[in-house]
Amino acid sequence: MDQVVEYDGTRLPVIEPDYKEYIDLKLIRRMSSVIKRGVAAAKQCLTDAGIEMPDAVITGTALGCLEDTVTFLTRMIELNEEMLPPTAFIQSTHNTVAAQIALMLQCHGYNSTFVHKGISFESALLDALMLLNEKEANNVLVGGTEETVDASFKVLTRLGLYRRQPVSNLALFETEAKGTINGEGSAFFLLTDKPSPANLAELTGIKIFYQSDNIEQDIIDFLKEYSLKPEDIDLLITGRNGDIKNDAVYKQLGSSIFESNATANYKHLCGEYPVSTSFALWLASNILKREKVPSVIFERKTNGDIPKKILIYNHYFNKYHSLMLLSAI
Amino acid sequence: MSSTVYIAGLGVISGIGNNVAEHLSSFAREEAGMADITLFNTIHKGQLPVAEVKLSHDELIAISGLPEQTSRTTLLSYMAAKEALDDAAIPDIKSFRTGFISANTVGGMDKSEDFFAEFLADNNKGKLRNIFDHECGSMTEIVADKLDIKGFVSTISTACSSSANSIFFAARLIKNGLLDVAVAGGTDSLTKFTLNGFNTLMIVDKEFCKPFDENREGLNLGEGAGYVVLVSDKVAKTLSKAPYCTISGYNNSNDAYHQTASSPDGTGSYLAMQGALKKAGLKPSDINYINLHGTGTPNNDSAEGTAVKRLFDPTYPPMSSTKSFTGHTLGASGGIEAVFSVLAIKHGIIYPNLRFETRMEELPFEPVKHFRSGQYIKHVMSNSFGFGGNCTSLIFSAT
Repeated sequence: MDQVVEYDGTRLPVIEPDYKEYIDLKLIRRMSSVIKRGVAAAKQCLTDAGIEMPDAVITGTALGCLEDTVTFLTRMIELNEEMLPPTAFIQSTHNTVAAQIALMLQCHGYNSTFVHKGISFESALLDALMLLNEKEANNVLVGGTEETVDASFKVLTRLGLYRRQPVSNLALFETEAKGTINGEGSAFFLLTDKPSPANLAELTGIKIFYQSDNIEQDIIDFLKEYSLKPEDIDLLITGRNGDIKNDAVYKQLGSSIFESNATANYKHLCGEYPVSTSFALWLASNILKREKVPSVIFERKTNGDIPKKILIYNHYFNKYHSLMLLSAI
Repeated sequence: MSSTVYIAGLGVISGIGNNVAEHLSSFAREEAGMADITLFNTIHKGQLPVAEVKLSHDELIAISGLPEQTSRTTLLSYMAAKEALDDAAIPDIKSFRTGFISANTVGGMDKSEDFFAEFLADNNKGKLRNIFDHECGSMTEIVADKLDIKGFVSTISTACSSSANSIFFAARLIKNGLLDVAVAGGTDSLTKFTLNGFNTLMIVDKEFCKPFDENREGLNLGEGAGYVVLVSDKVAKTLSKAPYCTISGYNNSNDAYHQTASSPDGTGSYLAMQGALKKAGLKPSDINYINLHGTGTPNNDSAEGTAVKRLFDPTYPPMSSTKSFTGHTLGASGGIEAVFSVLAIKHGIIYPNLRFETRMEELPFEPVKHFRSGQYIKHVMSNSFGFGGNCTSLIFSAT
């Protein structure tokens, strides 16, 4: 949170850890980027939580294992369907990360993977909260994983998703333009039903909307379920990504129901990707735990105290909207 | 919160029929859906039989009214989901919170693989309409929009157990009070990608598959979609016809053995079946029919059979693999077989396991060989197991 990296371009790469610290060397060689990152993030998460064996593993990924998918497709075409090696195919399924985590932990519990565009991670989180609510699990490992490969970056660039000119990620919000910057990453969380001062934060509520007619009212209604009003939110983290059309909603909210709230953004730090809200949840949880907001994320500062209530609001092409409400322990 | 979740509607399309009625008739005639590949050009044409849905792209476009670039995965999904929703005929559905939970394994790969061939030659080539909006979630979204479902829309992908998990998840959304109605299941169309993928694993039979036979040599791929409409007890009371049955048990367990192979003792399958029974409050002897995962691969049938033996020995209910009719429809299979399981209860029928000849050496039981009607069927177990050790069992029970 303290070491911010600046890039010039439209593609933010993942800062890779030393995977040897997490995964057996023999296995690393066969793993694609998304699998390595997912497994490493999951392991780090469990270590931090002090949990060896979760009761369930749930992941969210919109595009899944792109590297292996592209590898298998390429070979299938180039080799004209003959003598194809199977490894890329067997690792191309969207559930590979969750499966590899289960395999590594020898975890026989509930295991699922959600693959629904910009709410893949939120769907996984909702599933995890239901498992806790049903008393089917006490500890659930939930993560969001996404990888960018050259082919997907090229296709998404051709579709006009990114800025036409290279831009510094730290200056992303300085110019109003079409397009954003690409990102990728993995973030895992251990959700527990046990209150403890060691917990990072409380995930008070989550809500997913498909095609909201009135997002202001939907947010007000969501907060009301927890006896809160928009002004009770100490920090609003939005999914602003630098694209003029995408950001219009956030701008509108910042001058209406959230006109007096401290506001922050995160996509200049991680880029835009379907499960970027997992990065936002990681950020918000750490802010609540450390009682400190990194200045690089502020859009609007207030003279308020250390945040106790954080609301993360993200939308995906104005079609999917998600709200995650966090409270300090 | 709804304590019971009912099944109020069914829809299915596969190599043996375009709707529920055609499936029932194919089963009674014991007629499998496998034949030569016609959908795409491949070196495996004439070599590997597959079970294609007997409707062309153009016919599906004409029936659905969806745009030309729509993936076959979406088109099949729409056909079955629409049938299910129409079948449920929920009065005043607009007054309920309705969700669409679907599943698939490779999204619009049937179109993407065409795009990729052009793209590979030149990164600036390839029609973007064949790749844009062809991810897994898009298949679900397009159908949800067409069915005008807005309450909740999501997609699960856990390989060959995908749509069993979407039904499971949908039932829990209703039980947790988040939805009143859910259309849930899954879809997958045949693609060169999956055909070649399974072929590299050397688990595709060059003849029609023989699930649970000692001399089985692998699976046949199929395609299709299957959906059930799940409703809360509040909605069930408003229905003009009685619901088919309830979903009484479900469990998702992981084999945690290997990315593709099943453990020799079928740990994941055993835990899934055992967990589903526990959830339903049933004993193994309460089950009247098992719709096996039964892919026809040596590994799956051996692991699943061993797990069945561990759990059910010494008294075995009738069981069969309907993949001997439909081929393995991957992400759609859990949804399709859930529909078959519900129909078994509704009509008192048991499906045959076609082409079965020789009992597996390690097993003391064998599947049902011929179509049976007039059966007493109260509880049906449906198994769906997939790559990544993902094992899910569902139990449907008569009301």
